[in-house]
Amino acid sequence: MNPIISTTGLVKHYPGVVAVDGISLAIPKGICFGLLGPNGAGKTTTIEMLEGIHLPTSGSVLYKGEPLGARYREEVGIQFQHTALQEFLTVRETLELFERLYHHTIPIPELIELCALSDILNRDTRKLSGGQRQRLLLALALINDPELIFLDEPTTGLDPQARRNFWDLVTLVKSRNKTIVLTTHYMEEAYALCDQIAIMDKGRIVSQGTPAQLLSEHFGDVVLQIPKADAGDKVFDLGLSIGEAADFLEIKTNRLHHTLQQLIENGVNLDRLHIRAWTLEDLFINVTGKSLKS
Amino acid sequence: MKKFLAVLHARNMEFLRDRSALAWNLAMPFLLVIGLAFTFSGGNKDIYKIGIVGGIDTLSRVAPELHGTRHILFVPYDDLNAAIDKVRHHQMDMLIDVSSLPKYWINSSSPNGYLLERIIWGSGGKLFQRQAVEGVEIRYVDWFLPGILGMNMMFSCLFGVGFVIVRYRKNGFLKRLKATPLGSFQFLFAQLISRLLLIMVITTVVYSGCNLFIEFNMQGSYWVLLLVTTLGATCMISIGLLIAARTASEEFAGGILNAVTWPMMLLSGAWFSLEGTHAWVVQLAQIFPLTHMIAATRAIMNEGATLSQVMPHVWVITVMSAVFLALGAYIFKWE
Repeated sequence: MNPIISTTGLVKHYPGVVAVDGISLAIPKGICFGLLGPNGAGKTTTIEMLEGIHLPTSGSVLYKGEPLGARYREEVGIQFQHTALQEFLTVRETLELFERLYHHTIPIPELIELCALSDILNRDTRKLSGGQRQRLLLALALINDPELIFLDEPTTGLDPQARRNFWDLVTLVKSRNKTIVLTTHYMEEAYALCDQIAIMDKGRIVSQGTPAQLLSEHFGDVVLQIPKADAGDKVFDLGLSIGEAADFLEIKTNRLHHTLQQLIENGVNLDRLHIRAWTLEDLFINVTGKSLKS
Repeated sequence: MKKFLAVLHARNMEFLRDRSALAWNLAMPFLLVIGLAFTFSGGNKDIYKIGIVGGIDTLSRVAPELHGTRHILFVPYDDLNAAIDKVRHHQMDMLIDVSSLPKYWINSSSPNGYLLERIIWGSGGKLFQRQAVEGVEIRYVDWFLPGILGMNMMFSCLFGVGFVIVRYRKNGFLKRLKATPLGSFQFLFAQLISRLLLIMVITTVVYSGCNLFIEFNMQGSYWVLLLVTTLGATCMISIGLLIAARTASEEFAGGILNAVTWPMMLLSGAWFSLEGTHAWVVQLAQIFPLTHMIAATRAIMNEGATLSQVMPHVWVITVMSAVFLALGAYIFKWE
């Protein structure tokens, strides 16, 4: 399938800094593509070049196989990480303002229903909560019925409930066959929403694929967590790969059945055994050597 | 206290690191002081202006005590009628003709004229004959009104447009608009028209409201007055757009706006006439659109000037508006 948007050798220099260092991507239509990385990894710079907000120092961005042109603004929806709105306008007036900037739009009542804005329609946009504001910003990004939607850290600063509500909204939008490019530093968000992810570090993509693919590529084993009190001393003599956490041991193994047998035979109490799946956070540490939240 | 000092320090660092704002904050008062010192130089801060027909030397012989009075600027004139017109229009506080029997003219509504009359009575001019100003005397309020309204328009247009756009840029609203199909010229034009409508409505309401009590002198056409003030406001807004075309620093924009508004406020004739000041000051004032707007509105209101008579001012304002608007649109950046 032809990608809806692609980049080749995308580079962005700022004085003294290489923010993006040769990124090539091809994002198929209809998926949610996640761009992950810690602060300063170059996610926002990359997404803003994809959005056409900033020009790359070198490299190219193609939308449906063509350079970004006049129709691009009509066909994409953007939710920036930081955005102010025109002050002293209500939610409805703000929707109407942006509706008038596009040729083709979704009917406002449909948008109000989709983004659950009916209760706050007449509220001054300065008086919205974080979650309400993000829902309005998403509505503005969807107002032109875009094929491609950019969401730059849309849930940063939201409480867990508001974040989950926003995920539901994004899932609903995705079900309408929209392509979403999402940046986030919440791993659970990427896992919940993204069909494909690219992990960025220092302006480069260090790993790319579906979350399941990447986890299986990087981690062929599982982690057994056993409380220290239950493990006893013999466990250290079994030749296993053991790491120590605060009050439990972590045993990495790619031969689960065999390892469990070994532990049972050596009298280890497995009543409180926990088998932990690898997460994208682990993956990030594995490929970059540092925590995503650092 | 710790929190206060931390915030104080952070704010100081922000200010000091914003070099453009810092430079303006330093340069602006300096330039203002230097400029004013030159403009009103000579050690004699003249408070009153007296036009002299018949020679200042003659005055010094006829009334040496008056001639020696400090803080009065004596401006020589050859044409008596033109000089009387200056008094009528409050461009001169008093006129003295010493070419024959000494006579003087003041505008009866001029506070300065009233005080000067008392001064000449006490300084050797007791026998001077008071003459009536021919034709309709322009009241002080009628002379003052175009200046006040013009200045109000200037501040509203420049700061109202300039600061708002800089704030939009700073808080990311312009970036959000950039992501839409909205063009920069459309955005700027919308800002211009919005402010123009606003200021014209406000000015009309202020004028009409005051007119109920004061009954301003209006010799000319309201349509010509509307045209001139609309063009003048357009020109001010264009300057605001030009200033706000790129900067994201409110402090820097504030510095530039002050640098533009202060000279206009002082030298456009809004507060006082530049009659008798250095020729270069009068020339300099011609580069300000406010000078032309005020001169044209005074001519329309107080002398009944027609459109063709104020056309030179109209052309200057129109050309300035076109240049500033085109330049502002050309260099405009969303971010």
